[in-house]
Amino acid sequence: MKVSNLFVWQGRRNAMDDILLKVEDISLKRNGRYILRQVNLSVRRGEIHGILGLNGAGKSSLAYTIMGCADYVPDEGRILFEGNDITHLSITERARLGITLAWQEPARFEGLRVSTYLSLGMKEPDRTRIMEALEAVALPPSAYMHRFVDNTLSGGERKRIELAAVYAMRPKLAILDEPDSGVDILSLDDVLKLIKGMASNGTTVLLITHRDEALEIADSASLMCQGTILYRGNVEQVRQYYAQRCKLHPEMLKSPG
Amino acid sequence: MRLHQLKTAEPSWVREYEGMLEALKQAGGDPSAITSGKFATLVVSANKVLAKSELPGIHFEAEELPTGIHARIFVEPGTKITKPVHLCFGMLAEEGVQEIIACYEIGDDAQVAFFAHCTFPNAQELKHLMEATIRVGKNAKMSYTESHYHGPYGGIEVRPHAKVFVGEGGKFMNNFNLIHGRVGSLEIDYEVDVGKEGVAELVARVYGTGTDRISVKEFIRLNGERAKGLTKTRVAVREQAMSEVFTTIEGNAPYARGHMDCTEIVRDRAIAKNMPLVIVRDDRAQVTHEAAIGTVNRKELETLMARGLGEDEAVDIIIRGMLQWV
Ligand SMILES: Nc1ncnc2c1ncn2[C@@H]1O[C@H](COP(=O)(O)OP(=O)(O)OP(=O)(O)O)[C@@H](O)[C@H]1O
Ligand SMILES: [Mg+2]
Repeated sequence: MKVSNLFVWQGRRNAMDDILLKVEDISLKRNGRYILRQVNLSVRRGEIHGILGLNGAGKSSLAYTIMGCADYVPDEGRILFEGNDITHLSITERARLGITLAWQEPARFEGLRVSTYLSLGMKEPDRTRIMEALEAVALPPSAYMHRFVDNTLSGGERKRIELAAVYAMRPKLAILDEPDSGVDILSLDDVLKLIKGMASNGTTVLLITHRDEALEIADSASLMCQGTILYRGNVEQVRQYYAQRCKLHPEMLKSPG
Repeated sequence: MRLHQLKTAEPSWVREYEGMLEALKQAGGDPSAITSGKFATLVVSANKVLAKSELPGIHFEAEELPTGIHARIFVEPGTKITKPVHLCFGMLAEEGVQEIIACYEIGDDAQVAFFAHCTFPNAQELKHLMEATIRVGKNAKMSYTESHYHGPYGGIEVRPHAKVFVGEGGKFMNNFNLIHGRVGSLEIDYEVDVGKEGVAELVARVYGTGTDRISVKEFIRLNGERAKGLTKTRVAVREQAMSEVFTTIEGNAPYARGHMDCTEIVRDRAIAKNMPLVIVRDDRAQVTHEAAIGTVNRKELETLMARGLGEDEAVDIIIRGMLQWV
């Protein structure tokens, strides 16, 4: 563990208990099989919390469950946001409380312009903020503002626009589902810089990824495996466990989750 | 507002004219196109021609009938009208009938683009009937963009019917829009005969809500060698609205090419139908069709809701995007 990380982490820990999001014992079944199994997760206000896990670990399912997507009503457990139970709120209600999600594979919209799309999450459409958001994802506003968010955008462009939309919205909690997938390695740094930018704007970030190097910017992290969170806490530790392909480790079993 | 083109000073007609321009604005149009005097325009309310202005090469003749007008619109051969021609039909009354019998003659090698604004902002029990005969000359090009606004009540029956003849190498493009306010009952009926190397494109976009009834009938006969025909229909129906889209393309000549493309979105208890009919009489002709009818994509909906939009609002944005995206 890097000493500096430890210091930051412990510093936050002391200031903790300002828990923004709390997931308590969430389980979700599909065709009799658990996709999420007794997931527990706390995210503190202002932190970047990484969720690392292999393909199929249940990361996206957890993201949809927190966002409140229609097919992701948990069979057990509850979700608290700023101390209030939001388990039964609609997506719209959760979004209005300040939660949003950048999809792993964002939807495409016929006839909807980038500028309009970016303004949807704002209280008042604000051109300057839209331009700022596009610049933050390294897309020149003049070239992209008037394009459509349809299938004429490349996969990477669409992902950047999704991040720009979240950036422009300035939510309290941004769930970013693999923001680094589909964007080229060179621009991983750009993406990470952007996420740090979101955090400095006051957004708490739940950063879902299967690329452990993306966790460099995280304050804390969780390791997800087979529908459950195996370990929560220190970033370096999570990266190490992940490198061992989530092999069960005696220390993990001791982790408070 | 400049009223210099107004043909009458009678206060009630002045008010009617102003009201129609206001309604045009509500429907997303720009009234200055009519009032600026820079464009050829014809404004008809009920059976009265309120304003008329011509430009060199384009002429309007209009005769008032008891419940409408008989109009002849003529573009001289070889004339290219570079500025759009604005036609404005409608009435502010809540009830009544407006019947437009129109004859468009686009001379050989001429070019013209019409923008027709059809506004009935207060319609409660109204009928608007259009019987048009359109002749597009040899190598001539005509586009006709028709935008309707029927107000919030749905008390209107609108029947735009047209018979179109496209000459050799001619091009006819029709673009019908009814996406603001209620539809009421709409029956589009277009029949197009296309000559050698001619082109016909019919685009219709309609958004029905409440108890709206939409019927789109389009028939294209590709009679000349290498004639081309395309229908593009985008319809959305919500609540108890119903839509029926019947399109037919006949490939009657060698190398004629036709395509029908229909997308409809249904929500709530609405019903949408699409019946494309392909007839081919020459083994070198080819006519194809594609249709998709379904509800709003769940992921698209949830994406917009995750930005704080209500479900209805999100559906509306998705539908309007689909309608615009042609
Ligand atoms: N609707 C569904 N029906 C059946 N199984 C599902 C459904 N949705 C997800 N699953 C399964 O649940 C598991 C978790 O999926 P999820 O998409 O949450 O994984 P993930 O961690 O996001 O993976 P990736 O890294 O590939 O994005 C997978 O095994 C997946 O096949
Ligand atoms: Mg995933």
